[in-house]
Parts: sequence; C-alpha cells; structure tokens
Amino acid sequence: MVSQKIKIAMVVVGLLALLYIVPQSGSFVVLLATRAMSFAILAMSVDLLLGYTGMSSMGQAAYFGVGAYLTAVLATKFHFGLGWDFWLVVVLGVLIGCALAALFGLFAIRAGGVYFLMITLALGQCVWGLAYRWNSLTGGDNGINMTVRPNFGFDLTNQVTFFYLVFAFFAVSMLMMYVLVRSPFGQSLAGIRERELRMQILGYNTWLHKYIAFIIAGGFGGLAGVLWAHTNGHVSPETVVLTTSVDALLMVVLGGAGTLVGATIGTAIVFGLREYLSTLVPWWQYALGGVYVLTILYLPMGLMGIPAWIRARRSKQDKPGSPEKLATKPS
Amino acid sequence: MNTQFWVVQAFNGISYGALLFLVGSGLSLIFGVMRIVNLSHGAYFLWGGYIALSVIHLTGSWALSIPIAALAVAAIGIAMERLFLRTEGLEILRNATIALGIGVLIGLTIARVYPAIGASKVNFAIACVLATIAMFFILRRVSLVPIDNDVLRQVLLTVGFAFLFQQGALDIWGGNNMDIIPPPAFTQSIVVGGVYLPLYRVFMIAMAVSIGIVLWLVMEKTRMGAAVRATVDDAQMARGVGIDTNRISMFIFALGAFLAALGGVIGGAFLGIYPGLDFEMLPLAFAVVIIGGMGSLGGAAIGALAVGLADNFGKALFPEVSYFTLYAPMVLILAIKPTGLFGRD
Repeated sequence: MVSQKIKIAMVVVGLLALLYIVPQSGSFVVLLATRAMSFAILAMSVDLLLGYTGMSSMGQAAYFGVGAYLTAVLATKFHFGLGWDFWLVVVLGVLIGCALAALFGLFAIRAGGVYFLMITLALGQCVWGLAYRWNSLTGGDNGINMTVRPNFGFDLTNQVTFFYLVFAFFAVSMLMMYVLVRSPFGQSLAGIRERELRMQILGYNTWLHKYIAFIIAGGFGGLAGVLWAHTNGHVSPETVVLTTSVDALLMVVLGGAGTLVGATIGTAIVFGLREYLSTLVPWWQYALGGVYVLTILYLPMGLMGIPAWIRARRSKQDKPGSPEKLATKPS
Repeated sequence: MNTQFWVVQAFNGISYGALLFLVGSGLSLIFGVMRIVNLSHGAYFLWGGYIALSVIHLTGSWALSIPIAALAVAAIGIAMERLFLRTEGLEILRNATIALGIGVLIGLTIARVYPAIGASKVNFAIACVLATIAMFFILRRVSLVPIDNDVLRQVLLTVGFAFLFQQGALDIWGGNNMDIIPPPAFTQSIVVGGVYLPLYRVFMIAMAVSIGIVLWLVMEKTRMGAAVRATVDDAQMARGVGIDTNRISMFIFALGAFLAALGGVIGGAFLGIYPGLDFEMLPLAFAVVIIGGMGSLGGAAIGALAVGLADNFGKALFPEVSYFTLYAPMVLILAIKPTGLFGRD
C-alpha cells in the first residue's frame, strides 16, 4: 500500500503539472481542460454520495442545471454577475444547489437502493421538464446564449485566465471534499455506506447524516453549474437531461468510486474520448460505450482499483487455490 | 374549450397511453422479475422502429415488419441478458463477443493510423480478425467480476449498452428523422358523434388492449405465468420449489424487449423515428412503471393511461409546466409508496 502522504503528494504534483502544461498548449486543450474541470466538480459531488455515502443519485444534473440556469438568467436578463458580482453569483449558485437538494432530499433520502435511484431520476426529470418547457424563463429547447464572461480586473474572456479561475475552484472543491470525507462526519458517512443498520444501533441519526451529505453534494453541483455556464457561454436543457446525470455517475465508476481523484480521472477520460477522439474518428462513441461496459464487467472498482487488482492477482499466483477475491464492491 | 376539445384530447391521451403501455409493461416485468433497472429499454424501442423501417424498405410489407422487428429485438435482449447481465456460464461466447467488439475497434484504429490497410477491405478484415483472436486469448486470462445483484452495476451496464445501441443506430440508419408509414387504410379517420378520430390511433388502442389481455392470460392462466409471478414475489423461494428462475428471467427479458420493439414499430408512425428518441421514451416508460408499481401488469396499464392523459392534457392546458406535472406525481408516489400504486414488495 502507498501511504496517504505519498498519495496526496502525487495528486498535488499532478495538479501542478496540469497547471503548468495546459496554459502552454493550444486553445483547444485549454477549453477542453476547463470544461472537464468544471464537470469534474459535479462528478466529485456524485462521488461524495456514491463512493462515500453509498447513495447512487441519478439526478445530480438537477443541481448542476439550476446553477447553470441561475447564472445564465441573471447574466442575460439582469446583467448581474458580470463584474465583481460574479462572486455573488457563485455564492447564490451554491446556495440554490443546496436549497434544491434540501427540498429534494426530503423526498429522496427515505428511499433506499433501487428506489433512491428511481426517485432521484424522477426529481431530475422534474427540473429537466421545467427547463425544457418554461420558455419565458429558460428559452425552452434553444436554451440561453450568454455573450460575455465576467470581467473584474481579470478579464475572463481570456481563455487562459478563465482556466486558472476554474482550476482554482476545482482544486479548492477537491480539497474541501477531501477534508470533509476525512472528518469524523465523513467517517460516519462511510459507516452508513458499509452498514446503515449498525450505525443506527450505535446511535447515529443516519437520515440526518445522509440528508446533510445530499445537501453538500447539491451545493457543489450548483457551483459546477455556474462554472459550466460561463465555460460554454450557452445553457440548454442538455445540461439537466438524464444522460448528464448518468454521465457523471459513469465517470465516477470509471475512475473509481470513493476516491475523489478517480472521479476526476474518469471525467478527464470521458471528456478526452468525447471531445478529442471525436475530432479524429467517427466511431468514438463505441470506444466510450465499450470503456463503460468493460469497466463495469472487469473493474467494478474503476481505474483507481487497478493497483489493488494487480496485487490481488499476484498474491493469487503466489498461493494457488486461494479464494478468488479481486475487489470489494461498493454497495 | 368545448366538449369536443376534451373528447379529442382524452382520445389522444388514451392512445398515447396505449403506446406507453407497450413500452412500460416490459420494463415493469423486467424489474419485477429480475430487479434490473433496464436503461437500454429506450434503445429497444428505437431499434424496433428502425428495424421495421428496414423491413418495410426491403419487402414493402408493413404487417411483416411488426413481428420481424419485435423478434429481432427480443433476440438482442436475450443476448444481452444471457451474456452480460447474468455472468455465469457461456464464458467462451461472451469472451468471443467482447473480443470481436474490441478487435473491430483495433482494426479501425489501425486503418486510421495506416490508411493503406484501411483502403483494402481484405487487409482491414485480416487486421480485425487478428486483433479479435489476440483479444480472445487475453480475455481468457482475465476473469470478470460477477455482477450478481449489484443494482448500480446492472444499471450502468445497461446504460453502456444503450450508448452502444445509440451509436449503432446512428451508423446503420443515419441521423435523419424518419417515418414509418402504415398502409393507407389506417391513415383515414372515423367519425364518432361528430368527432374525427384517426383510425391509426384506434388501432394502437386495440393493439395495446389485445396484447394486455394476452399477457394477462399468460400470467394468470398458464404454468409459465404462475412461475413468473412466483419469481416476482420471492425469487429465492421460487428457486427453492424447483422453478428455473434463470429461464424465467431470460423469457421475461425477451418479452420485455419484444414489447418495447413493438412499441417502436407502432409508435414510429406518429412519433417518427430519430436519434435521441431512445432517451426521450425511457423516462416516460419509467414514469409508467413507477406510478403503476414495478412488476405489476395491471399497474402498468393504469400507469400508462395516467401518463398518457397527463402528458396530453398537460401539453394542451399548461404547456410551460407540462413535463413537471408529469414527473412531480411520480416523485410523490415514490416518496409515499415506493412500490407504486399496485406494486408488492
């Protein structure tokens, strides 16, 4: 096993390398990295629920969507959030994500397992329905086009400046979630994931713990939405559609649930395949779908589970006939 | 808003509900028997429509296209269930399928990197075959992790396949919006009490009702149906009394895919068939299943009717919130009675 300190050092080195390499690359890479990073915040929020609390949400795009629509509506209808008040929009985006999650959580948290999956799907569809149909507010199917990015001393129209900003948000979000999952609160979430009944017997209010985790994840979803809106300059019902939620879930599982870094790696791979490979070959979606299917069949712990998988394989070869135990599955 | 408006809207809602029953009942059965949330169900619907289009294009017969499309998609459903959702046995066939998939992708990559190989079909085929054989032997050395009853992995696996089906449909049939044109006899209207009712929608309702009756008879009156009901109620106990639940789940998966594809052929005439339809139908099918209760046929019928009517009246009366009025009741039902109105747990 690699010690926790070395792991942290590896992540920091990776992030610094990203910070150094990306701005020197072409504008295509800068935009790709910016998009992937704002989406990675959403993926990490899914991981907070799936990997650390054991709740598989199929409607995380709802919080992402309200954050994005809030930004777009404020910017186009009220010219708000294009100067220093951008930071106010960030706060509002987090708050609206939290508020929506607080409302949705009342319905969703009581359900377990497959019913949680279904109810979050239905809640996500409610938000999508409003985005798709409420023409006067959301622009319906066409969505909202935003012409300018905020400018507060730093002109965010510059791709590289904007990349630095999103990178900062991404790194801070990752740090905050890391601190959260290492905290006593995070440990009790892991306890709920492993065995909810035992935590209840130990006297934990598991409903409240899950509810708070759900709200925090919603807040990060809202933040990701705000950044996403400014990254693309366009917000449409695509942002809230079912496949966006499913994408976030798949990215987490692809990278490895319960690792935060895995969610980021998963996001990077999916965005890489989708946006880089698609410029090269027309069959990129087979590669993406194939990666999903193979990961789920062969590597349920995701790419972050590969070291453990290799170790298990080696020890199996050392001791022939030992019971086959490749990976513990998250449930 | 006179009586005529209400009659026409109600009729449209009911006929849309008939279509939703075909899609939703299969999904409901699959969930009830196997506890699998099948996100490929929308893809079955789409493929049903597309295959019917091809059959019509080749033979010119609309009537022939219905059974062929439904059976073809049922075969796809069986393959998916037997090879990937249930992972015991048939290792060689599964490995061969995966190896072929990866092999062709490798072949395509080689053709992209060395255009000389891509130019000749023979060279390309050789590259694919070699890659497939190599992959096959690699796969024999790695074992997959059994899926068992891991809900999340099942769901994500079916999504993965849904993406593959989506791209497959795009490659085979292209990205244009296509229409299935039924025989001219169906495109007329009949007049009942001064209201024009399109004959095709009447046919849809008749089709759904007759399929519903057949399904109900099979479930209630046959030995197979009794075994299915026993599996829905308690799969472990059913196995205990000697019911081959593996065979039951294969049968149900095939039936579910069959019904979804049937919906695609029949619905394709008034919805059109186009890329993205799969993920449009999927949430609607889920609404049907959830409102009615998973695993219950009667529930699926009532759920389909409710969703069909809610969708039609919602769009006509308050268009701005029409989808919200469809999915919000779904949330409430799930929150109050997660098993749906008629589901048992």
